[in-house]
Formats: sequence, structure tokens, C-alpha cells
Amino acid sequence: MSAPTIDHTLDEILNLAATHFKVPREKLSPDDDFFKTLGIDSLQALDLLTRLEHHFRIELPDYELQGVSDFRTLANRIQARL
Amino acid sequence: MLDLRQYASLGAALKAALERWPNETCLIEADRDREKLRLTYSDFKEMARPLCRALEDADFKAGDRAAIIMTNQSKWLISAYSIFFSGGVLVPLDYKLTAAEHLQLLAHSKARFLVVEYYLWRAITQSPEFPKLTAEVVLVTEAPAGADLHGAFRWEEFKRKGDAQFVPRQREDTVCIVYSSGTGGRPKGCVLTHDNYLEQCAALTAWYPFSPGVRYLSILPTNHAIDFMVGFIGPFVCGACVVHLRTLRPEFVRDAFVRYRIAYVSLVPMVLKNLERGLRAKFDELKPRQRWALDRLIGLNKLVTRGKPRVGLSRRLLPQVHKAFGGQLRALIVGGAFSDPSTLQFFYDLGIPVTCGYGLTEACTAVTLNDLKPFRADTVGKPLPGTEVRVLNPDDDGIGEVAVRSRAVMSHYLDDPEQTAQTIVEGWLLTGDQGRFEEQGHLQLFGRKKNMIVTDGGKNIYPEDIEAAFDGLPVKEYCVFAANYLWPQRTLGNEMLALVVRLEPNQQFDDRLRDEIAARNRRLADFKRLGGYLVWEKDFPRTASLKIKRGELAEEIRAGVTLAGVVEI
Repeated sequence: MSAPTIDHTLDEILNLAATHFKVPREKLSPDDDFFKTLGIDSLQALDLLTRLEHHFRIELPDYELQGVSDFRTLANRIQARL
Repeated sequence: MLDLRQYASLGAALKAALERWPNETCLIEADRDREKLRLTYSDFKEMARPLCRALEDADFKAGDRAAIIMTNQSKWLISAYSIFFSGGVLVPLDYKLTAAEHLQLLAHSKARFLVVEYYLWRAITQSPEFPKLTAEVVLVTEAPAGADLHGAFRWEEFKRKGDAQFVPRQREDTVCIVYSSGTGGRPKGCVLTHDNYLEQCAALTAWYPFSPGVRYLSILPTNHAIDFMVGFIGPFVCGACVVHLRTLRPEFVRDAFVRYRIAYVSLVPMVLKNLERGLRAKFDELKPRQRWALDRLIGLNKLVTRGKPRVGLSRRLLPQVHKAFGGQLRALIVGGAFSDPSTLQFFYDLGIPVTCGYGLTEACTAVTLNDLKPFRADTVGKPLPGTEVRVLNPDDDGIGEVAVRSRAVMSHYLDDPEQTAQTIVEGWLLTGDQGRFEEQGHLQLFGRKKNMIVTDGGKNIYPEDIEAAFDGLPVKEYCVFAANYLWPQRTLGNEMLALVVRLEPNQQFDDRLRDEIAARNRRLADFKRLGGYLVWEKDFPRTASLKIKRGELAEEIRAGVTLAGVVEI
């Protein structure tokens, strides 16, 4: 099975974030600051990371989230491990 | 515990601890639900031995400085111990800073050696500022095979056979340089001595003694003053055990309480709030009858713990709650930032004492602490033994600047006599925090005299350090303030940074400018971001050399508008 494209990964992240934090999907875009758009703190961001790990079946150390605040960079970090 | 009076240095006290409890477990390291390492005091000594010898062979001498940039893990403590054993000065740096900030502080501290985790080292080597690295010897932990280390050594291979000579130090010698903030224009490196730490440790363990078998969960960064003391020095000199968890994911933190039967943990208010949210959500899921029963039991627990905590009884009254925390929890320690009293009360009512304290890096770790006799959610407790606290120039309500004098107060700011002279006056440390003593001798805090904030995560942020992110903003002039400095609040609570902008003549505050501010704000680390902005209608007062007179401007703003005038970004 070939790895999904970055656009596909990004789309899945946005879908998952929208569902998990109960935000309309159309309100989220790739370059959004997810702390602001989702109204979450850094612990809730770690929670999102856990959901993403389950979804993509990968393990992401906490430090992968350090300095990351937009969906696109997050997608790149995840893509690198798929 | 060890009688710390007999030791001249931190290294000597720790060395004695390793010899005193050879078979007790001192350190457990876990990643998620996987235990990676478990060391006795004897194992710890054996792991440090080859590193101490390698440092000696590398000509690491008494007074030499060595920085550590790592997340909480065994190699942090083993490296720190080896540095102390070798007579060195430890410079613990915050791993959450950027690579450029790490390089700046490494240069400022003049650290000869650096111990760093691979992923952090990778970021440093990729920084455009990397050629400015000043450390001579770099030890990198956990580097993958074949990784380009840019001249650094692998920590795991940096060892020599044989015993190194222990290097004695005196009480007044420097042992740590800890940056209390300020990666902007003016780093504040607090120079702390062996005496500072040993005195502080004796005072803290007098109120909250550890003992062999007691486990402390270390999740605050070890570079932070609280965890360094309560998650390393304190437990070690008492023969207790530190548990490192290499993730902060709430679900694994909750598991660790149970798995390792944790007795104490230090938390920042944000994490405490998160735990409260989780518990409240669980309570809300209960059926009405169960909820009714729980509320009655909580009511009963409140009654029996009114005078003092009775942890054993609370565990029997509310077994499900206590089991969720492993059944051994004695207290949650909260400090480093303002805590919400209702959250503290919530836990206390469940029979989980919360020890709320107040401290600052300049005073080593803690200045005041609640002794739980009785529990108070609305204060930061009483001065620790050996600590004098005064309120300077109190107003009609008794509120003034908090000043501290004790043997735990730092020696000075590194290479900054001017800032030192402003901060330590006639032996008293001026904290910049506003407080008052209430009738029972407890200190209450009310905002800040200094233009700074302490975040929910326990970080000090100076507005001046944020301003560079707004360089070239298309307005006439701008300035960043802590809202709590402009309008000191009489309650504990969230703190916010606000951008004050002065527009050009005829300029309108339009959507483009708003977007520009928002975009620049996003580029800042999340804990440094502004909460709002304020459009100011007058030119800023400036000095002859055109620096903004911040104090004067703050007074004008205070007189002109209220906090309600700040627009959220």
C-alpha cells in the first residue's frame, strides 16, 4: 500500500480535529493556528496528537509537537512517519 | 533523610545519598506505558562513575560550567550529578526554547560543556546561528546510528574506566546558573550557590519530608527550579524515588499515578485544571443516585478534613477517586504560577491535599508554602523556615511589594551588576510581586509591580522580549505590556499580554492591520502570544535617547482606559 499524499493526510487531520473538538469542518483551514481555532491549550493539543496516532497507526513523541501550531506543519510531521 | 548541615556542597550531599541507600530504587524512567529503566542508588552511582572519569580526563575543572538541554529522563540526573561530583557549575536550560535562544544562553552562560538530547541538538545544528556555538565539548544522548553529530560525542560512549577524584566545593561557591526568563535583550541568569540549595532543601524537607519507598512523579521540566529541587535533590537526599515519564499526555500521566503508586507530584495550574476537568466529566457521567451518593461523601469528607488533611480516612470515604490516583497520593504540589482557588478547593474536598506555594528562581525554589494546618485555597502559604518575608510600602489594604531575605536567595545575576543592584537591595530580594499578609500569617498575592507575566505553564515572560516579533509593523509606534501591570488585579487569575499601538496621523485601524498583528502573533511560541490590543490616541513619552518611558506610558494608559478597552486578537 502506498503512503497517502500530504493533501490527503492534511484533510484527515482537519476532519478528525473538527469531529473531536466539535468545530464545523468548514471553519478549519490548513494554515490555521489550531490553538486559536479550536480554542485548546497545549495539553488538549497532546490529546489531539494521541487521536491522530490511533488514526494513522504511528507513534509520535511529544517533541514532534514542540513549536508546531498550524495543521499544515503537523501534517508534515505525521507524513514523515507514515 | 541526610542531615544536610554536615555537607559543604550539593555534590557531597548527593554522593552521600548514593552510598547511604544502595539498594533503594532512586529512579524509574517510563515512556508511555513502557518502563525503560529502573535504577537503585547503587546503579545510579555505577552509571555516573564512567562519566565522572571521562569529564576528569576531558579536563573539566572545578568551577567549569556545563549546560544541560534535555527533557526529563535518567541521563539528565546522571549528567547533573557527574557535573556536581566534578566540582562543576550546572546551567540547566529550558528545552522548550528555540535553537537560537539555546545558542544565545549558551554563549551568555559561557558553558564549556553541553549535554543535549539528539532531537534538540539536531535543531541547534540546523540553526543559522549554529556557527556561534561557544561550548567546546558537546555530549549528545540517544543519537541514531550513523547520524551526523557535527563534532559532538555520543553521551553513551563518553566514558572512561576507573574512578574519578571527587572535587570538593565550599558552600559559597556557585553550583547552578538558572535563567529565570529573558531570552530577549537581557538574559537573567540567577547565580545560585551550594548554600542556597542545601538551605532551601533543608527547609522544604522539614515541612514535607520524603523517605525511602516514597515516589515522586516528575513531569515539570527538570530545568525548572521546582522540579530540580522537588524532583531531584529533595527525594535523593531522603532516599526516595523519582519517576520520570517521557510524555505529558494526560492519559499516560493518569496511568502513571496508578502504575507507580505516586505519593507526590508537582504540577502547573494548567495540568491541575486538566485533571479537574477529567474528574468533573467522570462525575457528570454518573447516574443520579450515584451522583447523589458521591456528593454526600464529598460533603462528609469536607467535614472531617476541615482542620487538617486526613488522607487515610479520605481514601476510605472516596475509594474510587483515590484509586484513580493510585491510592498512595499524599499531596499535589502547585506553584510557579497563579492557581485558581476553586480548583485547589475541588481537590482538597476530595481528600487530595494541594500544597500551593510561591517562589521564584531568584530565591532558589520556594519562598512560601501552605503547611495544610489548615488547608487554604486563597493563599500561597507561610514563609518557609529560615525565610523572612516583608511587604514594602503597604497601601491602605496592606498590599505592597513582597521582599524576601534568606540563605536561599541567589548571589547575583550573571554578569549584570546593574540588574542585581535593582533586585537585591540591602540583602532583600525585591520580587516585583504585590502581596499582603492576612491575620494567620499567610501571604496573599495580588498582581505584579513588574511588567511581566507568569503563564499557566509556569513561564516568566517579559513583554520587551516579545516586541521584536512586531518589528516593522505599519503603525507609528507600539509597545507590549502585561495587562496585570497596567491594571493590577486584586484577584488571582489569568494573565495576558497586550499590544498598545499608536497609529500614524490619518491612519485607520483596518482589517489588514488586524490580520498583520494576528499573523505575527501566531509566529510566536504559543505561551508568548498576545491576548489583545489597544489603540492609543497619544504619542508615547520617550527619553532623550528615544527609548519609550514605559512606566510613564503605563500610568497614562491606566488613567485613560480600563482593561475592557483591550480588544481580543
